[in-house]
Amino acid sequence: MSAVTVFGSYAAAAVGLGLYGLIAAPQPLRKIIAFNLLGSGVFLLFGIVGRRGAAAGFGNDPVPQALVITGVVVAFSATALAIGLLLRLFQITGSTTLNSRAAASPRSDPSGN
Amino acid sequence: MLPQAPALVTTAGGFLLVLSIVVPVAGVLLEFALGERYVRPVASAVISVGLAIAAAVLVLLPRSDGHLVYLLGAWPPPLGVALRADGLSAVMLATTAVVICAVAIFAATDFRPQSVEARAPFAFWILLLAVWGALNTIFVAGDLFTLYVALELLTFAAVPMVSLDGRAETLRAALRYLLFALIGSVLYLMGTALLYGLYGTLDIVLLSHRVSAEPGALIAAALMTSGLLAKTALFPLHLWLPPAHAGAPAAASAILSGLIVKGSFFILLRLWFDVLPALPGFTAAQFLATLGAGAIFVGSIVALRQERLKLLVAYSTLAQIGYLFLLFPLALDASGRLQTGQALAGGLIQAISHATAKAAMFMAVGSIYAGLGHDRITGIRGAARALPLSVMTFALAGFALMGIQPGGASLAKELLLQETARTGQWWWAGVLQVGGMFTAAYVVLVLAHALSPPDQPVALAARPPRGNGLAALALALCSLFLGLLPWEPYLPIPYALESKLFGVEAFVKLLATVLGGVALAILLSPWSHPLAGTVARNDLKTVRSPFRRACLGFGSLVERGDHVLRQWPAAGICMLAVTLLLAASIFGAT
Repeated sequence: MSAVTVFGSYAAAAVGLGLYGLIAAPQPLRKIIAFNLLGSGVFLLFGIVGRRGAAAGFGNDPVPQALVITGVVVAFSATALAIGLLLRLFQITGSTTLNSRAAASPRSDPSGN
Repeated sequence: MLPQAPALVTTAGGFLLVLSIVVPVAGVLLEFALGERYVRPVASAVISVGLAIAAAVLVLLPRSDGHLVYLLGAWPPPLGVALRADGLSAVMLATTAVVICAVAIFAATDFRPQSVEARAPFAFWILLLAVWGALNTIFVAGDLFTLYVALELLTFAAVPMVSLDGRAETLRAALRYLLFALIGSVLYLMGTALLYGLYGTLDIVLLSHRVSAEPGALIAAALMTSGLLAKTALFPLHLWLPPAHAGAPAAASAILSGLIVKGSFFILLRLWFDVLPALPGFTAAQFLATLGAGAIFVGSIVALRQERLKLLVAYSTLAQIGYLFLLFPLALDASGRLQTGQALAGGLIQAISHATAKAAMFMAVGSIYAGLGHDRITGIRGAARALPLSVMTFALAGFALMGIQPGGASLAKELLLQETARTGQWWWAGVLQVGGMFTAAYVVLVLAHALSPPDQPVALAARPPRGNGLAALALALCSLFLGLLPWEPYLPIPYALESKLFGVEAFVKLLATVLGGVALAILLSPWSHPLAGTVARNDLKTVRSPFRRACLGFGSLVERGDHVLRQWPAAGICMLAVTLLLAASIFGAT
């Protein structure tokens, strides 16, 4: 098995787990972490894409690396914004649920679910 | 629309494209640095410069062969990054500038610094320019990764706009919007990575020559499309739209509903018409338009059942987004490939018409809300007498949306109808007509309430300032006269069409739309409303007949279905299903 296949499988696994977490996890914080996992999978994919430049005689294709760095910055900002919103929501309501019906009785759930 | 060969030189006037991005971004930084006191003067200066830039692009574009190019650092693609503008970009740049300007005038009094102790005004003006910068980047970006970054910038500017007032409800709506939009952008990025891996470039023009129907490209197309659909909130991926658009302050709602969903829609057009024209798109285009038809149907029915005016307008956006996607099957040529032609022009004019009309509508609703202190539809009787300007703006914007001549929507509808006749896809003509009727239905419904005499004199909570109303009115008038603008230098529109807009046939079509709308409003709106009383006073029994009850029952069923679709896991599963179906539909065609 070549390195590309191994890393490709890792990327696919990270994307799948992240997608599952984003859709199925009920808590926003878990969703945010799942998004980061999903993002890491995609960045890994970009890394593998860069390896293909080696075939053309380069050590590595620099463009995907530049793209990954930009992508990491974007994902970081997204995470920061999401965490900021979540913290503010927690300050106001005392809970972090996205379901407005469950939030009709605020502070009933001390665990913050 | 974009140049056939990758241009290796910057065209004259290409620098304007850089300015269109740099000026708003510089405004954001300047506002942030100078602080709250100077935030409005900086914004007004930037907006006037921005308007001038958009006008200059409009003037220069026809003179320079229909496209402007700027190569950053004079590096040609694939190594460098190019900015390009064609007719589509130019009209979208101009629309954005006009809408932003109107919203800024509208917001000048609401978001006055020092008037409120909160940080909302400061944030609003910064976000307004940030949205503008991001949108302009989307319109002129020449490669897929720049589009990704611009898309993310747009989301980051739009999300805080939702929660400007900081209530728990809007914070929740913002967080929901952000998380769902992030799934969309990651899917888009994944598609970008695949395309780069396959073809070694992200430049749109270079890709359009290299892309062929192979599995990797097909998967990338499916991933990117469904990611963009999630950001555009096409049914059934609309879980975030109603709470976000209805909860934001009026000026922010106008931007969110009028402009921001158009950003991702524009990328979708670029993707399908410029990057992937080589992919066989027949089944995929039919699938997209089917989702659009679903959006028209569900969005309109749920809109008619809303009790709050802002939610009604938000659901109407959902339906109108569906309307935009009808252009895809109509743009197909005989061999099943997408062609940049009349259908694309029609769809883009519909998007522009919706941008201006819906922004005006949200501003009018904001004024009504501020004036009456609430926005319950059943409680706005007499609003026409108390707030004539706002109700008139709402009416004009509504007329523009439902396709009164010479509005943009009527021109767009005529263009799309001609294409249905040309391609022989009569079923989409039916959907177009029904969509017009549904639009008429909710406009008529609201107007019937607002125009009926009140039981007791209306007490105004606050009188909205006149400047507010005039800005909204100007925007509504803009969208009502879009059909008369000279589109030919920018979009492929046949000359003979304008005579078709006026005439007996057009009038009969319009009458049918309005009457159909009245019937739908009577049948589907569950609240007691003046229409049912005046139209059928003599046969009150027939109105309450089993037929109407059946319609109402059906409506509540649709509403419940919509509620289920707007739950998180259901929306996520819909998203995966849409991706898989898209991939299958493209695969099946090869």
